[in-house]
Amino acid sequence: MIICSGKSVLKGIAIGKIYLFKKQEYILEQKLIEDVEAEVARFEAAKAKAMEQLDALYQKALKEAGEEQAMIFDVHKMMLDDGDYLENICNMIREEKVNAEFAVNLTGESFSSVFASMDDEYMKARSVDVLDISKRVVNILAGIVDGGIDSEEPVILLADDLSPSETVQLDKSKILAFVTKNGSANSHTAILARSMNIPALVKTDVALLEEYNGMEAIVDGIEGNFILNPDAATAAKLRTKKEEYEKEKAELLELIGKDNVTTDGRRINVYANIGNTQDVDKVLENDGGGIGLFRSEFIYLGRDTYPTEEEQFKIYKEVLSGMGGKKVIIRTLDIGADKQVDYFNLPKEENPAMGYRAIRICLDRVEMFKTQLRAIYRASAFGTAAIMFPMIISVNEIRKIKEIVEEVKAELIKEGISFNHVELGIMIETPAAVMISEELAKEVEFFSIGTNDLTQYTLAIDRQNQSLDNIYDSHHPAVLRMIQMTIENGHKGGAWVGICGELASDTTLTKTFIDMGIDELSVSPTYILGLRKTIREI
Amino acid sequence: MKQFTYTITDALGIHARPAGLLVKKAAEFKSTVTVDNGVKKGDAKKIMSLMMMAVKQGHNVTFTIEGEDEDAAAAALEAFMKENL
Repeated sequence: MIICSGKSVLKGIAIGKIYLFKKQEYILEQKLIEDVEAEVARFEAAKAKAMEQLDALYQKALKEAGEEQAMIFDVHKMMLDDGDYLENICNMIREEKVNAEFAVNLTGESFSSVFASMDDEYMKARSVDVLDISKRVVNILAGIVDGGIDSEEPVILLADDLSPSETVQLDKSKILAFVTKNGSANSHTAILARSMNIPALVKTDVALLEEYNGMEAIVDGIEGNFILNPDAATAAKLRTKKEEYEKEKAELLELIGKDNVTTDGRRINVYANIGNTQDVDKVLENDGGGIGLFRSEFIYLGRDTYPTEEEQFKIYKEVLSGMGGKKVIIRTLDIGADKQVDYFNLPKEENPAMGYRAIRICLDRVEMFKTQLRAIYRASAFGTAAIMFPMIISVNEIRKIKEIVEEVKAELIKEGISFNHVELGIMIETPAAVMISEELAKEVEFFSIGTNDLTQYTLAIDRQNQSLDNIYDSHHPAVLRMIQMTIENGHKGGAWVGICGELASDTTLTKTFIDMGIDELSVSPTYILGLRKTIREI
Repeated sequence: MKQFTYTITDALGIHARPAGLLVKKAAEFKSTVTVDNGVKKGDAKKIMSLMMMAVKQGHNVTFTIEGEDEDAAAAALEAFMKENL
């Protein structure tokens, strides 16, 4: 038995025989060409044929794997038609009098090495695409036909890495799992595995030995292990694990479309927390009822200037229309404390968690705040938007915020820009907000409890201080009573109450929260169905 | 000569797919279209050149358009950037 480890891109377990995927062997030769124009013409003809193949692959991928997979072949066509790439090849043939195979191969390698050396994971992964188009043309020139999987039963495909052409040409019904020695979470193998929903490991520390071909093996995508020639005990253990995992997964998937309702009829909204626009797909896949926390910080991070209204509008609009009318609660800027941005020029602080952060900055830099509010209100025309404000400690802050909101709305009306009703709410994350929650509830339509900060401020324990981890207890009775008080006072004042902190996904507390009268729980998209299961069993 | 500057809002920057669409758009015009993100310059009609610029979210990209149809090209490209990136 040999156990190798890799990076899992999709959970799940596959058991079967290994199929060692080998690249077609082709020995490239450099030849001296007499009639260079004829050689250029031979290249042009091969290129035209490659374009036809790419068209066909595009159609095949579109049918089998969807648009995301297919698009790459459209990009390949454009790469193959790239002016610089073609010029390089034709110049080599004409000036160095080399054969087309050699010119294409060398040009492909040199363009590919530029991508490979880029300081960007996504672009690095594109170096494979350049090699792939070049290899396609070389194969046509040399008359090589790519092979498929030579096996009757489905196999675990073991390869160095797979190019897009190789992945699309594979017979999908014969693949149980992918294991690659190279590749990354952005590689085509990983993308394909995700779209096929089968386990896959990349960057696996496995040798590609001929003797592995046909060997029994197990891919454990949960632990990231690749086990070759497993002994009986290991095989039995993993077989059970596979059954349990699949049963659990099937049970959760059956919950899609079902209500979040307890056995005694109490209904709770289960929403999702997201941190960027791509997460919307995950929310929909997991049947989230809405977005309970859209952290807007990512719009401000990783740049040198404040994002413009237009930039923000586009992002909010994308999420709102993506959610198709389901509620999206956008939290306004929560920068400061552990999230720092250079261009904000925030002063160094002794105690940033209790310092100049979140709404405190927004109420001080009103123009920046208004830009965000205008962008959200404009986007509200494309779905159901709500806004919540972080780090509130007083009624006065909300009144100020509401004045600013009214100004923004008046401006938009004056400019003839339409918007929908936007629910306004606040985060409850300070003990002060909890103590005055009854008054706060009269000012807003909802509360969302941020349990991470609320625990930190209630227990006076710095979340970043690792030496206090053993006493940081989010189940502390003080924290739970804070939550209970917030829910009661919220309801008294006419506001609905949700939780968007880590505690929302803690299923040992779900019943406690429901008994307290919680209206909404907002969790990471992957926890939605698990939470629904817990609720339905209460 | 026409010029405009655009700040990339797409989270992935000018990645393969929008680069491909941008090349198609630029190819509709006779004018030359040069793209500059302050670090590298690229030719908007060549996909590899565009991708090798590694334009990221938040980058300010200046487009320089030169040729007989530069007015129409500049307007179309600016609209394209706003719509897609």
